[in-house]
Amino acid sequence: MTAALLIIGTGGLVAASCGLLGSFLILRRMSMLGDAISHAVLPGIALAFLLTQSRHPIPMLFGASTLGLVTAFCTEFLHRTGRLASDAAIGVTFTWLFAVGVIVISLFAGQIDLDQECVLYGEIAYVPWDTWIVGGRSLGPRALWIMGGVFCCDLAFVFLCYKELKVTTFDPDLARTLGISTRTFHYLLMGAVSMTTVAAFELVGAILVVAMLIAPGATAYLLTDRLGWLLLWSVAIGILSAAGGYGLAMMIDASIAGAMATVAGGFFVLALLGAPHHGIISRHLARRRSFGNGPPVT
Amino acid sequence: MSGLSANVLYVLVGTVLFGISAGLLGTFVVLRRQALIGDALAHAALPGICLAFLLSGGMKHPVFFICGAVVTGLLGSLAMRAIVRQSRIKEDTALGLVLSVFFGVGILLLTYIQHQPFGNQSGIDRFLFGQAAAIVGRDLWLFGGIAGMVICAVMVMYKELKVLVFDPDFARSIGLPLSRIDMIVLVLTVLVVTAGLQSVGVVLMAAMLVTPAVAARQWTDRLGAMLGYSAVFGALASMSGTGLSTLAPHMPTGPWIVVCATAIFALSLVMAPHRGIAPRWWRHRQTSHRIHEENTLRTLYRLVEDGRGENVSIAMMQQYRAISLRQGIQILARLERRGFVIPIGDRAAWHLTSAGLREAERLVRRHRLWEVYLSRYLQLGPGAVHAGAEDIEHILTPELEARLEAVLQHPAVDPHARKIPYATGEER
Repeated sequence: MTAALLIIGTGGLVAASCGLLGSFLILRRMSMLGDAISHAVLPGIALAFLLTQSRHPIPMLFGASTLGLVTAFCTEFLHRTGRLASDAAIGVTFTWLFAVGVIVISLFAGQIDLDQECVLYGEIAYVPWDTWIVGGRSLGPRALWIMGGVFCCDLAFVFLCYKELKVTTFDPDLARTLGISTRTFHYLLMGAVSMTTVAAFELVGAILVVAMLIAPGATAYLLTDRLGWLLLWSVAIGILSAAGGYGLAMMIDASIAGAMATVAGGFFVLALLGAPHHGIISRHLARRRSFGNGPPVT
Repeated sequence: MSGLSANVLYVLVGTVLFGISAGLLGTFVVLRRQALIGDALAHAALPGICLAFLLSGGMKHPVFFICGAVVTGLLGSLAMRAIVRQSRIKEDTALGLVLSVFFGVGILLLTYIQHQPFGNQSGIDRFLFGQAAAIVGRDLWLFGGIAGMVICAVMVMYKELKVLVFDPDFARSIGLPLSRIDMIVLVLTVLVVTAGLQSVGVVLMAAMLVTPAVAARQWTDRLGAMLGYSAVFGALASMSGTGLSTLAPHMPTGPWIVVCATAIFALSLVMAPHRGIAPRWWRHRQTSHRIHEENTLRTLYRLVEDGRGENVSIAMMQQYRAISLRQGIQILARLERRGFVIPIGDRAAWHLTSAGLREAERLVRRHRLWEVYLSRYLQLGPGAVHAGAEDIEHILTPELEARLEAVLQHPAVDPHARKIPYATGEER
């Protein structure tokens, strides 16, 4: 029972951190940059392993965040100087970095305790047994501590920079006239996304991080028109997906991370159909009503 | 020994065939700004492969896998369209959503299969990470068939595809069955992606569609040529990647192919004659040199005209134009090489040669003619005409200059009452 709670708690922290940042990615139309970063951190992790010969989280976070920023820079460079469409720039950048990461891992396969399966699925089920031991005393699962720290960082970032993030997201021109650097906040957000992605990487894998980044935010986006509520909804939906995913995984004996993504997708489909204002059904009804009563009254 | 080389040959031919088809289709994908659709389709294929495995009761025939992958790949892309059309979710979010959720479902099914008694050696991972080394003769028929279909489709529907890419509204207006063509392209893309899963794996599939095509875009502005370049780049990347990965044991082929494709792209980005960064930088540098040289020649002319002496020092030039000493020395050295000035004494002063004088007169004439034009036809005051002339003198063509001269009827002086020099050396 406690093991289940620990797994759900860790998954919930992953989902909540990703949901907070993912909402901004969706609003800024940069969802795929999140996808790119989550893949491109791989060589950073591999190099950090190789240089420090340990799984210590600090160098890993550092290496991966650097690579995340490199991705953001490269994409920007290819888009501006290389005159590529931005999605093509993303496609070239992250695949290249991921390929380099896979090559580094297979070159030093003996020295890097990291395999491709782990990269793609992650393994959240082992969380309760990988404990953090300080001075002979166990302080509980290490992943829970790391994810907790990352969540606090993200929360502090969004809380402290709420106004700046809001204005640079919705009205970059206004932000510029107010003297708020859109570039600074772009890269700060990218840095936060990289950090969160790499922390969640071991737990849910590179691709399901994307599900956690995008699905709760997209669901919330259909439910509300206000940024504050969007963030709250997306954190709540993320946590619900984590809990529901754990249940589903236990039921059919399968990957917890995969089940979390599946449940998050299920929530999205529900919202897509049944959301009060932006759902398909309510839009359909509204259209029928306005046709039924003659021309719509405005 | 011969078995090994035959195996390597299979892999080589298989990946090259795949590289060609991906390069061709990638051109359309990139030009239609759907570069990441390959990424989404590749991920969406996973649940299909797993379902095919489950439904067929553990059969491992690649045809089953491909059917499953095609079905869920199509389903994924239709879901993407439906989400964008039916709600306020934007395209990039829909793409990421379909990609990650479908993949999540796939992982769920995959782990479910692995925990089943019959699922231990399902061979599904091969589709996930790509294992080009496992390509056998049977797969070559598949790759060859897909490449042939893609080439045929592109050749038969070239005109329709061109219109679809560049002007879909026009295509609709002339009654082309746009959605049907679109569907054919989508099905072909799904087929290529599915086949590619085996050689490069899920994550790197996106690169095979995007990277050769964007590299090709650097070299040409024509669709036909871009298709050619892209197919060649795709084949080249596959060939060199496969070759490199055989150098060491246990090297993954897919990542090496992608790294080679990216190297080709990087070279194209820097070196391509028209759009490349290096040629663009070089052209910019040449233009800026020319403008500096022309400005300096005019300054020398002004100094002579104002009676400051025939031999001019850089200090004197600096009274007329904001240039640094270093800049002045460099520009004068370039002018000397072109035979427009000669140094006097210890390179302390410079003298316009007769060729330099002719060139300077030409520039000053353009400048002053334009000033006259601005003040006469646009009623600009004498103070406002100089800046405009400063820019246009560098780009006026001789034909325009002759027209200008005729329209203005050979004015004698400019708005600042300076004499306009007409050709001294050449007869008119």
